Formats: sequence, C-alpha cells, structure tokens
Amino acid sequence: MSQQKDYRFSIANREALIGIGLVLFNFIWWFGFAYGLGSADVSEYHYIFGFPAWFFYSCIIGVLIMAVLVFFIVKKFFVNVPFDDEELEKR
Amino acid sequence: MNWQAAVSLFGSVAIIFLIGLMASRKQSESTSFIQDYYLGGRSLGGFVLAMTMTATYGSASSFIGGPGVAYNEGLGWVLLSVTQVATGYFTLMILGKKFAIMTKKYNAVTMVDFLKERYQSKAVVILSSISIVIFLFSAMAAQWIGGGRLIESLTGLSYNTALFIFVLTVLVYVTFGGFRAVTLTDAIQGSIMFIGTLVLLIAVIIAGGGIPAIITDLQNVNPNLITPFGADGTLTPAYVSSYWILVGVGVVALPQIAVRAMSYKDTKSFHLALIIGTIVVGVIMLNMHIIGAFARAIIPGIEIGDKVMPEIALNVLPAWVAGIVLAAPLAAIMSTVDSLLLLVSSTIVKDIYINYINPEAAKEKVKKISMTITAGLGIIVYLIAVNPPDLIIWLNLFAIGGLEAAFIWPIVLGLYWEKGNRNGALASMIVGILSYILFHSFYPEPFGMHTVVTSIVLALIAYIFGSVMVKSKPLAGVERG
Repeated sequence: MSQQKDYRFSIANREALIGIGLVLFNFIWWFGFAYGLGSADVSEYHYIFGFPAWFFYSCIIGVLIMAVLVFFIVKKFFVNVPFDDEELEKR
Repeated sequence: MNWQAAVSLFGSVAIIFLIGLMASRKQSESTSFIQDYYLGGRSLGGFVLAMTMTATYGSASSFIGGPGVAYNEGLGWVLLSVTQVATGYFTLMILGKKFAIMTKKYNAVTMVDFLKERYQSKAVVILSSISIVIFLFSAMAAQWIGGGRLIESLTGLSYNTALFIFVLTVLVYVTFGGFRAVTLTDAIQGSIMFIGTLVLLIAVIIAGGGIPAIITDLQNVNPNLITPFGADGTLTPAYVSSYWILVGVGVVALPQIAVRAMSYKDTKSFHLALIIGTIVVGVIMLNMHIIGAFARAIIPGIEIGDKVMPEIALNVLPAWVAGIVLAAPLAAIMSTVDSLLLLVSSTIVKDIYINYINPEAAKEKVKKISMTITAGLGIIVYLIAVNPPDLIIWLNLFAIGGLEAAFIWPIVLGLYWEKGNRNGALASMIVGILSYILFHSFYPEPFGMHTVVTSIVLALIAYIFGSVMVKSKPLAGVERG
C-alpha cells in the first residue's frame, strides 16, 4: 500500500495548487487596485457608487470576483472522489 | 436597560441553544462515541461545513474588535479585513481532499491524531497537545470575557451575571451536544451573522443619507479615513499585506479550522462548502467592517471600540431588530468558544488520555470522561474570566499567531512533502513558537510586517533543515503522498 500511489492524491495535489494560484491572483488584484489607485491624493479620487474607486475595485469587486472565480473553478476543475474503501475498490 | 433588545437577543440565543440540544439526541444512536462527539461522525454537509468554518473563524476579535478598529482607522482597516476572504477557499483547498483521505485512513479524529500517525513520534504528540491546550485555553478565556462584556453593554446586567448566563448556555450544549450540536448551532449562527450584517449595513447607509454623503462626512472628519493608509497614515502596504498570512493563509494551521476540514461527508459537500464559504466569509467581513467605518459618520465620538457595534445597531434599527442582529456577534463569540472548548477537551481526552493513560478505556467510560472534562474546562475558564489573571491575557496575545507558526508546516508539508519527518516537525514547532514569542516581546513587527510572517519563514527553514539534515528511518506504515 505504502509504495502504490493513490490516484486521488494527484487530484488533491492539483486542487491544492489551484488554491495557491487563486490566493496569488486574489492578492495581486487586491494590492494593485488598493495601492495603485489609493495612493493618489484624496482630492484626485474618483468615486463609484459613492465609494472611492480604489476601495470599490479592490474590496467590493475583489470579493465578488473571488466568489465568481471559486464557483467556476470548483464546478469545472474539481473532481469528485470516493472516501469509502468499498467504493474505491470498485474502480 | 433596553428590554426589547434584551428579550429578542436572549430569544435568539435560546432558539440556537434548543437546536443544539435537539441535535445531541441524534448522537446516541451512533456506534463510536469519540468519532461522533468530536467529529460529528464525519457527516457534515456542504452548507453546514461552510457555515461552521465561517462561524468558528469569525470570532469576537473580528466581530466586535474589528468594526471598532475600522471606526477609528476608516476604509484602510476594511481593506485589511477583506484579506480574510482567502480563508473561505484557501484553507479548504489546501487541506482539501488529501487531509480528509489521510485522516480517514489513519482514523484520526483530531489534528494531533493526524500528526501522531504522520510522524510516529511521541514528542510531536506531546508538544502539539500542550501547545494546543495552553494557547487555545487562553484564547477561550479572552472570548468569554468578550461575551460577558457584550451582554453587559447590551442589557445593563452586571458583568458577572452576564458572564454567568453566557457560560451556562455554552456549557450545557457543548457538554451534551458535542461536535454535531456545535456545528449545527454554528450553521444557524453563521446565517444570523450573514443576514444580520446585511440588514445592519443597509440601515446604516440609510441613516447616513446614502454612501456618497457618508464618504463626504468621513472625508470632512479626516481625509485619511477614506485612504488605504489608516487615520494617521501609519498602515503601510507591507504591514497590511502581512495580514494575508495572519488571517488569510495561516488559518490553515489553526486546529479548530483543521478539524472541520476532516469532518465532511463527501467531496460534493466539500465543493459546495468552498463556494458557499467564499461568498459568506467575503460578505460578512466586508459588511461588518464597512459598518464600523461608516458608523463614524453617524455617531461620532464613541471612545471604546467594542461599543461601536452595539451602539450603531441600537441607533439605526428598531430595538427588537437590533436585538436579533446583535445576536450575531454574540453568536460569533459563542461559536468560537464552543469549538475551542471541544477542541481542548478532545486534545486532553483523545490525544493524552487515550493515547498514553488508558488506551483500553470502554465506550461508556470515555463518554463520561469526555463530558466531565468538557464541563470541567468550562468551569475553570469561567473562574478565570471572572477575574482574569495577567498570564492569560499575555498568552492570548500569542494564541493565533503562535498556533499558526507552530503547526503550518507540520501540517502542510506533512501532507505534501514525503521527505518531511519527525525531526523537521519538532524543529518547526519549537522554532515557530519560540521565535514568535521572542520577536513579539523584544522586536515586534520585523521588516514592517506582522511578527507571524518572520516566524513562519523561520519555521519553514527549521522544518526543511530538520527533515533533510537529521534523517530518521522510514517507518513502516507511513503513508506516502
């Protein structure tokens, strides 16, 4: 058992890498808008729905976009695997 | 005392409490008491899993403290807080299927169980058990103090009475209900938090005359309140970014979160939890901190940060609605406390008692001991919270960061790096905890970042160094990833 690779682990490894990819994207989006737009002088701020643009894109759209991304990635790339041993042996 | 608010607050809490007790009845039919009491028989569905993660994580510090800081710092603190959206997907994706598969194979019920099977080392088990008991115990005491204070400020009861009511409620349902009761009540509490913050935010925006008006008001108070840099410009990008580690990525290593990542029924529930969790955590964190920041424009001059949430709710909502909405922060504290209580109890019973004191204990005996320890712990924490000693307050400062620095690599690399061994794990835990305490005390925030970042890096070096330099014999039966 110990030498034979469980096929489920390669799925799990890939999904963990997707998690890292997502968090990196999340961070870049968040950082880029917050400090890219937010570092300007307050008098030069633009506003969207009343929020300063940096905040609107970085925080509000940022959360929204992560929710949408997670939804599509889970639906498209995440694979169901069995946890029960009997189910496993059938494969 | 605001009777309407108090009645609806306690009413909401009572309903949560009843459901917890009802769930505990279901428990007695199952065969393995330990699996059931501490892990809900590995049967969580997607919705409950997402909600229990959210509720456990959204503790007093983020619920009561967070909006209070946002009140003082403005939108910059909201920016810092949305880093927590990562906990919604990252934690589950990283621990993910592998953790569930391995823990099931090992028949592990706690995080320490997993470490024990993975590293086959008594020292790892003892060190990790002790750090969990000490750190989480002090975190728990701090939460109980927070819960008592919240009831006190809402109802006008004395702190001791408030604390007593709070503790009694939590104790009864955790002691008798176990994990299933805790996760179910978490699901309700998570839902209250979600809807509650939404209602409150809308009410705040209406009371403030719309978002543009509020933003203009804030700008008039202090233009820095609408920048990412905090009220006096001290929130640097490096510091704020380091919260991605403390409250985002590092949460993977918190035992109360990890245990949830092994308790779900199947991968379908897991996938659903990822989607729901991201939305729910994101919305709650965003709403509640915007509420805190906006409150400054509506009721200026609140001096104690912890009072921002209660005061703004009572100010902009009808009293009875405020009571229900404020059940949310109370719910957040309760659900953090109940899971911590259960976790400390499981560490003592499962990781210490059954492992080393009495491995042959019969089911009835284990049941009795589990409940006694859970209740006993609760009573000790109550006594501590009545009159908190300085040591507990000091330890609590280290609880979250300390646990993250200790466990992140033994868990993550234990799962994904097969060369990692017990020497690496031990070195990593010791270096993680010690460096965190030392840096925190003598040289806080190295490189302008939260102390936890430095400690996690040092712990990583220790793990790799320990594993590669001091090889231990490969052990029979250790699962290769």
